[in-house]
Formats: sequence, C-alpha cells, structure tokens
Amino acid sequence: MPATNTSDFGLRIRQNMGFSISVVLFAVVYFLYHLAHPKGFSSQVLVQNSNEVFSLAMLAMAQTVPVLLGGLDLSVGAIMTLVDCLASHLLEGSGSSVGFGLIACLLAGALAGFVNGCVVVFGRIQPIIATLATGAVYMGLALFLRPIPGGKINEDINWAMTNALGDFAETVGIFDDGKAAWFQPIAGVPTALVLLILVALVTWVPFRRSVTGRTVYAIGSAEGAAYMSGLNISGGKLAAFTLAGLFAGIGGIFMAIQTSSGNADIPMAGAYTLSSIASVVIGGTSLLGGTGGAIGSIFGTLILKVISFNFRVFDIAPLLQPLFEGLVLLAAVSLGALSILRVKNQLELFR
Amino acid sequence: MIDMIKNISFSRLSRDDKPIAIAATFILVILIAGTIYTLDRFGSAPLFSPSYLVQQLQIGSFLGIVAAGMMIVILISQIDLSVPWTLAAGAMTATAVGGEWALPAALVVGLVVGTVNGLGVAYLRIPSMIFTLGVNAVMRGLMVAQTGGFAPQTKATDLMRYIAAERTLGIPHAIFVWLAVSILIVIMLRRTAFGRSIYAIGNKEAAAYLSGVPTKRVTILAFILCSVLASLAGVLLAGYSTKAYQGMGDAYVLPAIAAVVIGGTNILGGRGRYLGTVVGVILIVLLNSVLSIMEMPEAGRQIIYGLVIISMLLVYGRGEKATS
Repeated sequence: MPATNTSDFGLRIRQNMGFSISVVLFAVVYFLYHLAHPKGFSSQVLVQNSNEVFSLAMLAMAQTVPVLLGGLDLSVGAIMTLVDCLASHLLEGSGSSVGFGLIACLLAGALAGFVNGCVVVFGRIQPIIATLATGAVYMGLALFLRPIPGGKINEDINWAMTNALGDFAETVGIFDDGKAAWFQPIAGVPTALVLLILVALVTWVPFRRSVTGRTVYAIGSAEGAAYMSGLNISGGKLAAFTLAGLFAGIGGIFMAIQTSSGNADIPMAGAYTLSSIASVVIGGTSLLGGTGGAIGSIFGTLILKVISFNFRVFDIAPLLQPLFEGLVLLAAVSLGALSILRVKNQLELFR
Repeated sequence: MIDMIKNISFSRLSRDDKPIAIAATFILVILIAGTIYTLDRFGSAPLFSPSYLVQQLQIGSFLGIVAAGMMIVILISQIDLSVPWTLAAGAMTATAVGGEWALPAALVVGLVVGTVNGLGVAYLRIPSMIFTLGVNAVMRGLMVAQTGGFAPQTKATDLMRYIAAERTLGIPHAIFVWLAVSILIVIMLRRTAFGRSIYAIGNKEAAAYLSGVPTKRVTILAFILCSVLASLAGVLLAGYSTKAYQGMGDAYVLPAIAAVVIGGTNILGGRGRYLGTVVGVILIVLLNSVLSIMEMPEAGRQIIYGLVIISMLLVYGRGEKATS
C-alpha cells in the first residue's frame, strides 16, 4: 500500500520512530565515513564494508524473531558457529556437491532453530535459559566438527560471494562474464549487499505478512489474548525459532565463505550473540516483544558497524574504541527511553 | 528444611524445595559416576576425599559469590550482564591501588557500576538485558584504555592472597567469605523488609508499587548488591591467581545464571531459595571438575553441560501455558 498522502506518511514515521531514527542516523554517519575515507564512495570500500556487516546483520535478523515473541535467543551465535564449522567441511568440493552442501548447511541452521523452538514450546522452558543450554550443545557440536580452526571453501564461491556483482557474474559465467553493457551500472554493487537484500525480501517480508508472522507479533503483545483469539501459539513459536535458526545459519555459511575456514571460537560466538541483541534494540525492536522488525535490526547492525568503520578513518586511538562503542550503545538506548520521564501515571510504567 | 530430610520422595516436597532436592541428588550422581570412572581407571576414589571436595568448594566460592548477586537481580525479574567486566574491573582496581585500600577501592567500583545499572533500569526503565550489556561494554572499554589491553603488571596484595588462597585448619579462606556472604543474603532475603520487597517486585511490580514498596530504591539496591559481589569475587579471584587479567570475568556470567536457575529460582523472578543457588553452583563446579578428570574434550563438555541444564529444567523448571 503506497503512502500517497503526506499525513499518512508522517503517521507511519511516528509509529516507527525507532526504525526511522536508526535509518537517518546510519545514513548521516555512513556519509561522513565516505567523505573522510581516502577511497570514499568507491565500490571497493562498499564491498569491504558489506562483507564485514553481512554475518552480524543475519544474526540480528535471527535475534529479531524470538525478541518479537518477547523472548531472547542466546544460541544464535552458537548456531552461526556450528553452521560455519559444518560449511567448512561441506563446501570444499565443486559443482553439485557444493550445492548439496549449501542446502545441508541451511537445513542444519533451521533444524537447530527448530530444536530451540521444541524446547521452548513443548519443554515450556523460558527462551533465554533454554537457548543458553542449547547454545552450549551447539557449541559442543561445532567444536566436535572443528576442534582446531581449519577447513577449506571452494575458491570460486569465496571469490564470487565476497566481491562485487561483476566478479560474481564473471565467476558464474553469466551476462557475458559480467561484461554486458546493461550490466555495467550495477557491476560494482557488492554481492553480499545484494544477498542481504534478497534474503530480507524472500524470507522476512513474506513471513511478516503471513498469518504465522502476525501470530508472532500477537504473541509478543499479549500471549493470552493471542491464544483467546484462536491463533496457533505453538506453531508461531516453532516457526519463529526455526526462522531464527535459518537466518543464523545463513550468517554462518557466509562467515565460512568469507574466512574460507571453520572456527569454533566460544568467545566469538558469545560476542556475536550479544552484538545481535544490541543491533535489535538499536534497530527499534522492543525487548518486551510485539513491535519492531528485522529490517530495523539490519540498520541497527549497520549503525554498530559504521561506528567502528569511523574509528579507522578518523584516527581514534584503537584502545579507546571499545569504550566508544559501549558509550554509543548506552546513549542510544538511554535516549530512546527518555520519553519515560514524561509519563505522569506511574502505573503506566509497569507492563 | 526438615521436611526435605524427612521426605525421600520428591513429589511430596514443596514447589521451591523440589529443585534443590533433585539438584542435590544429581550432585551425588556426578560424584558416584566420577568415582566409578576413577576406580576403573586408576584404582582410587579421590572424589570423596575431603581435600578434593574442599578444593572444589574453593573454586566454587568465586562462582558462588557471583551467583549470589545474580540471584538477587534475577529475583526482581531483571538480569545483570555487566558482571564479567565489573568482576575484572574490581580485580584490576584492587591490584592497581594496592596496599590496604585495595579491597575498599574495588568495592567502590562495584558500588558505582551497580548504581549506574540501577538508575538506568529503575528510572529510565530500559530493559536490564540491554542496559547492563552497554555498561559491560563501557567497563570493558575503560579497562582496555586503562591497561592498554594487556594484563596489568601489578600484583595482588598480601591481604587479597590471605582471603582468597591461604588456609586455616586446612580450609581455604575463600570458603569462609562465601559462607559469610551466604549467611548475609539468607538473613536479608528471609528476615528483612528489603528481602520481602525483592520477592514482591519479582512477582508483580505494579502490585508491589501499589502496596507502598519503594520499587525504584529496591531495584537500585539489588543491582548495587550484585555489582559489589561481582567486584568482591574479582578481588578474590585476583588474590587466588595472584594477578588480574583481561577477560577474567567472561567465564562467570552464564554459569552464574545457570547455577541460579538450576537451583530452582524462576528466571522471571519472584520465586526461589538461596540454598538452591548454592547447590546449583556446587553442581556446575563438580560437573566441570569430573568431566575434566574424565579427560572429556571441550566439545563433549559443552554438550553435556547444555543437556544437563535442559534436563534439570525439564524436570522442574517448566512454566505454565498462557491461556487467558
């Protein structure tokens, strides 16, 4: 539905305030980054940035779905690591074996998410603590697959996925090896960026509009009311965790392709999980559930990442970087919460 | 307590005692399984020897003190993810300040962090999950900037060594510290208005507010308690290992949450007994120790660790279905 009249558009902006702010903030900071960068506004910089952002963006999308339920998934980093290690075994060969490997990796991610969903729905354990436990199990499986970092990824895939569309077309051999005249304007677009948009369009957008997707939002708003309305609560939760696992799996596949190896690093998995929560919140999704969306979380990731990009060009001492990142996160969530101070009726604060 | 000893059958136990009894039974299972392994492999049974158990309690005292603070925060249905770097900051401050002011300085760090956490959660009403995550990042940033990203060159003071590593009558002092903290927490939770307020807020904050509980003050105090205990654990850990180092607290936050939950405390707050947290801590420490005696690789340890948490919770941690 196109927003034709301006007041309608203004309303939608106001309803999605967190999301709108994060988009504007990202645009401004990223523009500054390119201005200051010696090779700013070039395809090369864009490709590098997209590659760095992709896995965390996927993880942020993964985290969004359980958060919309009012839960939290502490296992997304572990699922990503598990699929990363699996991919480092399966994506080595060529041709059809790689194709089957990709499908197997996607299924593994979705299966891990589905298991989370089962523990939450049928075990009736709180998501945060259930995924804390399943996350340990997935980390164990990842360590079992890769006790020490290693493995190998098909070099063509690595080249095709981590560069611009032109290189992708050349490797795959379409559009006259990427030399077709009409193709030139978009040949410099990073493949990872296109993939990110594709994943969002193919999976998230239809999900959000489906009955299952709306069920997830309804559960997050008021689970009891959703149940009374005849929605399929168990199905919605299972779908949400499975989708989260699938997103985390895609992140893991890309991480394997990008690093050309598998690495079961427990601290890294934990750091990714925590960053995914931060991305979700900065992207305007409420941790209480019911409002927000995965597109916002992508922008949340972009903001987190663009801040660290800026450290490089603006020559800030590397030792101060973690401090700035923390302060930015605190400032972002505190500014978002300032409106609470205007609330007159204290009882409205308790939800 | 007396009921717990009288009743062997779990089903007759009250809702809060059942998890503790089951977890305690599981501890025995771990010890027996480990002993069967050592008897078979080495022909000896060191697991039931006092010196082994005392050593495990000493290792457990660091986790136990962190978990005690974490439990208070979980009881008011919040969580504190700033524990790792509060612990490290406490340890680094103590070793850097040195002398007789080492311990007070570290506790002040905990006090400040806890106040910030509490203000953000109580007044700005930011979900503690994200606010304490941000505070953790800031503390990490401060410590990295302060130490240059390396382990500080300073050493633990004699007092820190004394309370963490040295022994009286063969019992490490760290266990006494844990015991003292535990007694204080139990008295606080059971005998003071503050303790009852904590349970009230965890059950229904709005109802507690309407009943005249100063919810904001209690929330801030709960976070201060958690952070001070985390920095105390940091001081002890630095005393035990004679120095402070980067990331020394990273291995404590998730096990602490797990210990609290295994002990039967509801992750949504409002219900749980402190004894359960102690049992949960001992369970996790012994599980880790027995698995390493069995020379279990890290992969197997993680898997068993996760499966134990899930199966314990499947037995007694199940929530109710929302039907209205």
